Amino acid sequence: MEPKFKVSHFFIHGDPLILGADISIGMATLMIIFVLTYFKKWKWLWREWLTTVDHKKIGIMYMIVALLMLFRGGVDALLMRTQLALPNMKVLQSEHYNEIFTTHGTIMILFMAMPLIFAMMNSVIPLQIGARDVAYPFLNAVSFWLFFFGAILLNVSFVIGGSPNAGWVGYPPLSELQFNSGPGENFYTLAIQISGIGSLATGINFLVTILKLRSKGMRLMDMPLFTWSILATSILIIVAFPVITVTMLLLFLDRFAGAHFFTMTHGGDPMMYVNLFWIWGHPEVYILILPAFGIFSEITSVFSKKVTFGYTSMVVSMMLISFYAYFTWVHHFFTMGAGAGVNTFFAISTMIIAIPTGVKIFNWLLTMYQGRIRLTEPMLWTIAFIPCFAIGGATGVMLSIAPADYQYHNSYFLIAHYHQVFIGGTVFGMFAGLSYWWPKMFGYKLNETLGRWAFWLWNIGFYVCFMPQYALGFMGMTRRIYTYGWDMGWAPLNFLSSIGAVIMGIAFLFQVWEIVYSIKYGERDKTGDPWNGHTLEWSIPSPAPKYNFAILPTVLGRDTWWKTKEAKEHGNDEETQQELKPIHYPKNSGIPFILSAFFFITGFGLTFEWVWLGVIGLLGVAICLIIRSFQYDTDYSISINEIKKTEATLRGEI
Amino acid sequence: MIHNVEPHEGHEVHESIKIEGFWLFLVSDVLLFGALFATFIVLRTHYAGGPTGKDIFDVQEFTIETFVLLTSSFTSGLATLEMNKGHVKGTIIWLIITALLGFTFVGFEIDEFSTLVNEGYAMSTSAFLSAFFALVGTHGSHVSFGLIWMIALIIQTAWRGFTPITKRKLSIISLYWHFLDAVWIFIFTVVYLIGVM
Repeated sequence: MEPKFKVSHFFIHGDPLILGADISIGMATLMIIFVLTYFKKWKWLWREWLTTVDHKKIGIMYMIVALLMLFRGGVDALLMRTQLALPNMKVLQSEHYNEIFTTHGTIMILFMAMPLIFAMMNSVIPLQIGARDVAYPFLNAVSFWLFFFGAILLNVSFVIGGSPNAGWVGYPPLSELQFNSGPGENFYTLAIQISGIGSLATGINFLVTILKLRSKGMRLMDMPLFTWSILATSILIIVAFPVITVTMLLLFLDRFAGAHFFTMTHGGDPMMYVNLFWIWGHPEVYILILPAFGIFSEITSVFSKKVTFGYTSMVVSMMLISFYAYFTWVHHFFTMGAGAGVNTFFAISTMIIAIPTGVKIFNWLLTMYQGRIRLTEPMLWTIAFIPCFAIGGATGVMLSIAPADYQYHNSYFLIAHYHQVFIGGTVFGMFAGLSYWWPKMFGYKLNETLGRWAFWLWNIGFYVCFMPQYALGFMGMTRRIYTYGWDMGWAPLNFLSSIGAVIMGIAFLFQVWEIVYSIKYGERDKTGDPWNGHTLEWSIPSPAPKYNFAILPTVLGRDTWWKTKEAKEHGNDEETQQELKPIHYPKNSGIPFILSAFFFITGFGLTFEWVWLGVIGLLGVAICLIIRSFQYDTDYSISINEIKKTEATLRGEI
Repeated sequence: MIHNVEPHEGHEVHESIKIEGFWLFLVSDVLLFGALFATFIVLRTHYAGGPTGKDIFDVQEFTIETFVLLTSSFTSGLATLEMNKGHVKGTIIWLIITALLGFTFVGFEIDEFSTLVNEGYAMSTSAFLSAFFALVGTHGSHVSFGLIWMIALIIQTAWRGFTPITKRKLSIISLYWHFLDAVWIFIFTVVYLIGVM
């Protein structure tokens, strides 16, 4: 059979933007290769990073990729805002605009927010519960590399073959072969598929870690709230991600094998895709926000020097949110016309889910009430989050009113609402978490002054960018239009909105500066507890040794590290010197990287419908799995001497 | 309440935690099949001028197929019993029988699919057939994956005998095998039985 795509489909030509991207990608690659070779770092890269199974290093790698993706998604956003700044702009062609809003959404949600959350989970959870690693370190590495190669697969689409262009939701029939014959949508389905397997494994991994690996004395109701939020998130992941796997598989079968799941002909049903997509998509929204809630809970408590107000109600509301999250999906498409009964059910369930979120807002406020508040960078992000999320939540409740939604649907009102909860909630939450746990991850604090610049610019930029969009929505501007005329009267507000976007772009540059500056000049953390924290991760040196805890800690209930410190102050510190024991530790492995690279080859082959390449990739995957199955010597023991030496070095005794 | 597990105290704990993780994987797999079943149920009457279930399902064939798979689940249970008694040889023999039955099952399915395609009834014929091939094919590829895995475990057991690791692996594959059997019962009912009625 003649292959559908030839090599001539490979490189996109004619667009100067893409040519520029081609050249810069080539240059960057050559530069990386040169630097690694010149400084003889290949072996170091392979040994220390590519083969690692240490959750702390995996967390750092997630963070690096997430920040790169934030840059990529941010450039997409700036391009869109430039195109929309004034009427009749010609920066982007309509086709190119379609590709950019598609990759912007897909990247920001699946390849920026998700890995940033995974970065926080990996860096913090085992330390917070007093464990030496996650339940399945090898699988954890597999998850990361699957995510990584999924991200690469989506990103190469920009220069090779053409990006997906049917929106981040990829609704058929637009995403079907009939209207979209290029490889773009194949990139989309396969990239999501590959990284989705990784996410699912992460969900299982962390649920078992939290349930099974907690240190002595930590009951469920003693767990820090961030751990609780990840427990809820992991459950959501396990239940939601299989559905997106199926959805993407079916869309791919439509495109690849000529099936008729979502086509307009032969009995296919496009609305079924929309339902399936949002059965995953709505829980996904809560997968994105719950970890941020957890982070805010930690930060308000530590920087107000008070125990969390209403701990139990915090836990209950998080679990309720993760339950209701499955019963609201139709609110994404009230206009489908499912009938008054169905719409009413989903409108009410959507309003109900706002209640536990409101409970949490009050709990954070009451935790701060009469506390000794320290306005550090993490605390600033938290305080900014509360009004921002409250407004976003209120506009969300407006959208949940089904009859009114017929007016808001697919307008800029929705865009403004979504970005308000996503940036004000998830992104601010992750920034708060990063600046809070940065000393634990790297051993030094981020520069506070530059952090404040970034904080204020982000906030000003955010409101300048998105508040006008609510108004634009009311004025009738719909999402995904690539240009408009002067006669619409949208120009002033759009121009204002674009200024806000530029301010956020500058804020991002400040964050990069903040990180680079702090690598060299940031305040070193010698104590391991720079914020006077209340949880176990602050009881060990920063950064933590690879086995985390030389001796597994005994937990004294909630806020255990505060209790331990208090006992020490009062002199009733009966430090029973437990004896060190050799520690069982998993060996590094190259298989996760190689296995995921084969997944990438499969994905790339199937994208271009080169079946032979897909088969080669799948064979590679199978061989990797079989080799792993036959490996029995996967762990080793860290000797007592080595532990003693590491501990002495970390505590500055040598 | 479950806690206090020191993960590195011994292999026993270390291995049991993997079985717990596998249960969670099965939960996610149930949902994966759930989504496929939902799709099939929505599309099962969307024949679009193509054949109906009555036209294409061979009662004799799918009944034999079902018995073969159910028997393999039984023999896989016998292998687990042998393992609990500590009989390496008995375990391996029952596993080989299970695998042979599994291959027979997959053979039936390949035969069914290729006959259909040769008659011109492919995924692209109608939404009903798309959903049929996707659901039954996903189950079939699960079984095939399980077979390769089972062969690998037979070799490992023959080679190493019973260790905490091989025992854990054998327990997991038997969970997986019974799970696929349970899914098949639903396919048998929802797809085939209701299809020919």
